Amino acid sequence: MSAELQALDRREFMVSAEGVHKQYGSNHVLRGIDLQVAPGDVTCVIGPSGSGKSTLLRCINRLEVPDAGRIYVNGDLIGYQERDGRLFDLNPRALAKQRRHIGMVFQRFNLFQNMTAIQNIMEAPIHVAGASKSDARDRARAALDRVGMLDHQDHYPLQLSGGQQQRVAIARALAMDPALMLFDEPTSALDPELVGEVLDVMRGLAASGMTMIVVTHEIGFAREVGDQLVFMADGRVMEKGDAREVLAHPENPRTQQFLRAVLP
Amino acid sequence: MSSAATRRRAQSPLGDASPDPFVPIHSVPVRHWGQMVTAAIIVVLFAALVYSLAENPNIAWEVVFENLTAADVLHGLVVTFQLTLVGMAIGLVLGVLLAIARLSNNRVLQSISAAYVWFFRGVPLLVQILIWGNFALLFPRLGLGIPFTDIMFFSVDTNVILTTFVAACVALGLHEAAYMAEVVRGGILGVDTGQAEAGVALGMTSAQCMRRIVLPQTMRIILPPTGNQLITLLKSSSLVSVIAGQDLMTAVTSIGATNYRVIELLLVATFWYLVIVSILSVGQRMLEKRASRGHQR
Repeated sequence: MSAELQALDRREFMVSAEGVHKQYGSNHVLRGIDLQVAPGDVTCVIGPSGSGKSTLLRCINRLEVPDAGRIYVNGDLIGYQERDGRLFDLNPRALAKQRRHIGMVFQRFNLFQNMTAIQNIMEAPIHVAGASKSDARDRARAALDRVGMLDHQDHYPLQLSGGQQQRVAIARALAMDPALMLFDEPTSALDPELVGEVLDVMRGLAASGMTMIVVTHEIGFAREVGDQLVFMADGRVMEKGDAREVLAHPENPRTQQFLRAVLP
Repeated sequence: MSSAATRRRAQSPLGDASPDPFVPIHSVPVRHWGQMVTAAIIVVLFAALVYSLAENPNIAWEVVFENLTAADVLHGLVVTFQLTLVGMAIGLVLGVLLAIARLSNNRVLQSISAAYVWFFRGVPLLVQILIWGNFALLFPRLGLGIPFTDIMFFSVDTNVILTTFVAACVALGLHEAAYMAEVVRGGILGVDTGQAEAGVALGMTSAQCMRRIVLPQTMRIILPPTGNQLITLLKSSSLVSVIAGQDLMTAVTSIGATNYRVIELLLVATFWYLVIVSILSVGQRMLEKRASRGHQR
């Protein structure tokens, strides 16, 4: 697929992963992933644990370096500069610049423990985007308001519940004005009664037109909010397509087996 | 649950409507006879020790008391305090840099850091103090020039720069840095990798992540072992008496050498070292409380 994809086509997608492989020693985690995400779409990635979902997500913002294949975000080749048909590794500064507009939400929240909620959100706008302190504060308050956490702006992460921490983490990513949001199992570490508040925020985000890739076990969320559904197993994309269509009529036997196991 | 059901339950005799009266428990505690017996034995032994010291004809207590506040002793106390603080300041700053170098992706920095720790942790502190104290024997003049030539832009007498106090500070600081490097490295590794990862994902450079996110969180982890290091350093500073470092130990040994009251003056040193250690311990506890900000619910 990667060979046929023209540069022009890539610009039509927010994300285009082409033939991505990743190996840890002898463990072949990704075995040639092709995935396109249209701007404004919500792509949900499901699959059994160990299928490479998180690794794929982490390759997109280069927290992991793929061993083969290319990933384009917003038309930019991630991690390299291409000159005269050769790839040159980007220096750390240029790489950091590419990551600025790719927001990421982690399973374990990863809020900065030494900072309050609002300091967490102001950190990158000030020290990465170069915003003034008052401008960053305004942006942070707007982001906190959007996730319904304005009342908790001066709390430290450990003073907040898991659901509240995850909402602050989403606000932290939003404050950098991302073009794309990556969610790595955002509700998997939450107590069951706290899952809803985080999914509500994500629903609102999707409705506002944010491009999102969500690795999740919440099939209900995928059905309701997802535009594209991707089922991964053994490091491969087994099946992908319209979310409701795939969930209602899975064609691949592995997808059928997985959905039978997780759906009530 | 419907509101009717809630109401019914609340009105039931077992519900909140009729709480049981609060009856405190009166039970007979277990007697720890073994503890009581050993405590009694220890009190007796300790009293015997105090008595044997107080009534010991070989200890002139008036010498101890008058030397506690002798001018040389108090001056030595100040120098000991200064040596400890300067040594720790050098050790902390250099230790943080060495730890970051050790954990960086730069192979050259990694090797330099490893070699430094190997050398300064491997050579006994006493030897290092003697080398720095006698540095002029090795290099009589220090200056700036072009290596492997005779061209010198300027130079000065080594003993002008490397006074005894400076030599003592350098020796203690460089030695301390090797230990602090390991303490700080442990602290950095103790911070969850997700913290720096979140910073990187926001577009921060690894240097920014280190300075803004990881190092501040390291402080909480390294404070207890750093307190240990500080107290060890305070006591190790007594070794600078071998180069006449003018510290507390230098003062008491020189007084003891003139009045032949060696034990009395060692008791003076014992008293003052214990006093400073106690002060440092209190300071450490206050710092630990402050650094655990964000870790209390």
